[in-house]
Amino acid sequence: MSSTTNTPTHHTSTIGSIGAPSRRNTELALLIFAVAIPVFAYANVGLALNDQVPAGLLGYGLGLGLLAGVAHLAVRKFAPYADPLLLPLATLLNGLGLVAIWRLDQSKRLQAMHAAGDKATNQLIYTALGIALFVVVLIFLKDHRTLQRYTYISMVVALFLLLLPLVPGLGADVYGAKIWIQIGSFTIQPGEFAKIVLAVFFAGYLMVKRDALALASRRFMGLYLPRGRDLGPILVVWFISILILVFETDLGTSLLFFGMFVIMLYVATERTSWIVFGLLMSAAGAVGVASFEPHVQTRVQAWLDPMGEFKASRSGIQDGIIHSEQAMQALWAFGSGGTLGTGWGQGHSELIGFAANSDFILATYGEELGLAGIMAILLIYGLVAERGVRTALAARDPFGKLLAIGLSGAFALQVFVVAGGVMGLIPLTGMTMPFLAYGGSSVIANWALIGILIRISDTARRPAPTPAANPDAEMTQIVRPGTTGPDPQ
Amino acid sequence: MNKPLRRIAIFCGLLVLALLIRDNWLQYVQADKLRTASDNRRVAIERYAAPRGDIIVDGEPITGSVLTKAGDYKYKRTYKNGPMWAPVTGYSSQAFDSTQLEKINDGILTGNDDRLFFRNTLDMLTGKPKQGGNVVTTLNSAAQKAAYSGLKNQGGKGAVVALEPATGKILALASYPSYDPSSFAGSRDSDAAAWSKLQKKSDASDPMLNRALRETYPPGSTFKVVTAAAALENGKYSSADQKTDSPLPWVMPGTQTELKNEGNIPCKDATMRVALQYSCNTVFGKIGADLGNDKMLAEAKKFGFDSEQFTPIRANASVFGKNMNDSQTALSSIGQFDTAATPLQMAMVASAVANDGKLMKPYMVSSLQSNLDPVERFEPEEMSQPLSPSNAQILQSMMETVVKDGTGKNAQINGVTVGGKTGTAQHGVENSENPYAWFLSYAKLPDHSSPVAVAVVIEDDNAVRDDISGGGLAAPIAKNVMEAVINSKK
Repeated sequence: MSSTTNTPTHHTSTIGSIGAPSRRNTELALLIFAVAIPVFAYANVGLALNDQVPAGLLGYGLGLGLLAGVAHLAVRKFAPYADPLLLPLATLLNGLGLVAIWRLDQSKRLQAMHAAGDKATNQLIYTALGIALFVVVLIFLKDHRTLQRYTYISMVVALFLLLLPLVPGLGADVYGAKIWIQIGSFTIQPGEFAKIVLAVFFAGYLMVKRDALALASRRFMGLYLPRGRDLGPILVVWFISILILVFETDLGTSLLFFGMFVIMLYVATERTSWIVFGLLMSAAGAVGVASFEPHVQTRVQAWLDPMGEFKASRSGIQDGIIHSEQAMQALWAFGSGGTLGTGWGQGHSELIGFAANSDFILATYGEELGLAGIMAILLIYGLVAERGVRTALAARDPFGKLLAIGLSGAFALQVFVVAGGVMGLIPLTGMTMPFLAYGGSSVIANWALIGILIRISDTARRPAPTPAANPDAEMTQIVRPGTTGPDPQ
Repeated sequence: MNKPLRRIAIFCGLLVLALLIRDNWLQYVQADKLRTASDNRRVAIERYAAPRGDIIVDGEPITGSVLTKAGDYKYKRTYKNGPMWAPVTGYSSQAFDSTQLEKINDGILTGNDDRLFFRNTLDMLTGKPKQGGNVVTTLNSAAQKAAYSGLKNQGGKGAVVALEPATGKILALASYPSYDPSSFAGSRDSDAAAWSKLQKKSDASDPMLNRALRETYPPGSTFKVVTAAAALENGKYSSADQKTDSPLPWVMPGTQTELKNEGNIPCKDATMRVALQYSCNTVFGKIGADLGNDKMLAEAKKFGFDSEQFTPIRANASVFGKNMNDSQTALSSIGQFDTAATPLQMAMVASAVANDGKLMKPYMVSSLQSNLDPVERFEPEEMSQPLSPSNAQILQSMMETVVKDGTGKNAQINGVTVGGKTGTAQHGVENSENPYAWFLSYAKLPDHSSPVAVAVVIEDDNAVRDDISGGGLAAPIAKNVMEAVINSKK
């Protein structure tokens, strides 16, 4: 197994061959579009709402352009062989998110409920912080394999982050889901950061344990059944996801972490049986918790019968459950947008009310950009995830592969869970669309995620060093004679 | 590790595909259903996004739109003389939907009607703001004012309908007590409070009921005009001055009950002219019983009974009983028993008589306009011919005697020939409640044209029972309405 680590199999042609172009100019050209499109959208919102080009257009354009430029220069300097699509795609999503948040800031209805007003400015600051973190990742994380050293520290940090919202006095209950912590006037969603830290832990852990997990198994009905003791880790992660579901009452976070683990476990062991186990366990967990947890039941009820939930919310019945009309309002927003949408600034997605610019922001695009716009946005997300998977394919070390697939798998799952929730495909959860939605934790954490993926892809696409310069090769030669001492050099 | 990685790549693709399929379902397949759902607030937001077109009377709008600063709705409906025009306009409320002309012509008024598509496109290209079209009515503001103030001064519940006999145009349509549709046109708490105050459960006088079209009353003696028409049309009697076969006292067939007249009036074998002049129950009761249920019903149907009328606002169907025995038919033929009519229906009766027997379909919208260009015009339509012209003239002379020498003297107008009929309909258990006072009439100018026919009904809970008679309470209002129409034509 370990013998295959650094040896690309013959059909793995994704690794850049020697002398591969760096593609930095491609990235720059794409970035120009990624900045120009949101700037046009921004002007469009202003023209639609106030019949004039918004006063902040220049500042907004320069700000976004500057941030994208800094990120690009950092990539050029510190990760010259990185994937050229990831940065422009993330910039485009972030820029479009800023436009929609600014557009909702103009809504008097949302201003009246203090859910909008100056959120776009905040989001721009968060974006700057996110890009700063992105640059920091590129500068200080010279090689993603250094993260491997922090496997067990990551575990502790991830558990700490996940359990933080449960600390009394710190956790904040936002409409039922307890996935936030409040420090002063700031609210932080630790789950967004935990996503990355947990991926590091899983990657490090699975890289070490995957042989045991993969090989020691019995075959039964076409499936390789793991040994009882090897079931331990998956049971622990499953149990923690159930704890999140029960105590933080958020289906999305729970599903995301368990899903990420199952994906990484499957990739590490190449055993389909883990997928089957994972699906069975998550189904059992979700059904089990839903049978007694009222918040989860409400979410499921709102998913099955959004109109009933709307009526219950309107009639103001007091049965101890917070009924929300948001699910139905989001569906109306999508339906009212139709195929081509109303155009920027001309919809009424503010009717969703609270969280219109965060959890439900996709409905604004649905109404104002229509089916066409949503399909484009979903495909951009799909592209980000697939570039992540491609990075995993290209990576030359198992840790890098696992980390890349963990991060991109989590990204895809998050998009599915959130977009599916808002569109009524699955029950709503308390997470947000990466980059589009308002929220500092989400933007900062996702820029870090993109930074790590760019680092891995840079390592993967970097032209292979010449054999003579390969320290591994030298070490092998020195070790072969049987000397037990360290390398004399 | 690459084989599972490729599978995960496919899995991520499937996740996105599932979202794409769901989105197509939502934004393509279900889009129209979601977009037009009545609970979707966007429907009302769209309705009030532009100034609504107006409802026009005599070239002047009786509605308006004001820009509102707060809330989702840009414009709010306003009404001039709201309570007076409410039976015509209905209401258009941000919170409580709309009714009547506001509802029926919503597409034109908002400008969303397909027929305005061309103009909307033109406006869009030339950068003009979208504007709703107008609804031009047939109403006469002077007549409406006379009708409404007459009811208001009188103080009881009631309704007035005035028609132009030759065309069927509705000239006045008043109901009292009424409501101001401006008071709940918005979506604030004060609008909701005004709305709930007007509901029948908090206001027993039910101000939001359109009595002119939606309430049926026993027509009492005014129905004798229909019975007289049936007698003439079926050849029972061929002249107004022919003695009728009317014993007094008269016991209704198949019963031991005498049909009573009001007071000691000359009804024995009276001519139809005299019988109408004194409002003899025995004469017309016997005519009804002699003709029988079927013939009476057939004549009533020709006048419009038994079917809803669309003016275009829907009016309830007026009732003449079916499958009745002779005594029941006798009672029905003097406007009692099951007979019930809307004020519009009785105005149609007067109008058909005045128009030489031809009943025109009543209507109140003469055209729909977009930007002063007519989108659709409505022309007078003949509905039926309940009387031959000669029989109609006989009936006219009888009704004119009623006003000249009989119970309808209060409706006389100098220089104008007025024909009419009073009615006092009993109701309640054992006639315990105050009767309804009816008056229906028409005016005829010296050139024999008839500009107006009117029906007035008043239900007065406060008046002393004996004071109520069609001639005393209702005829003066009818007179004022007729005068208003005649003066406005000069």
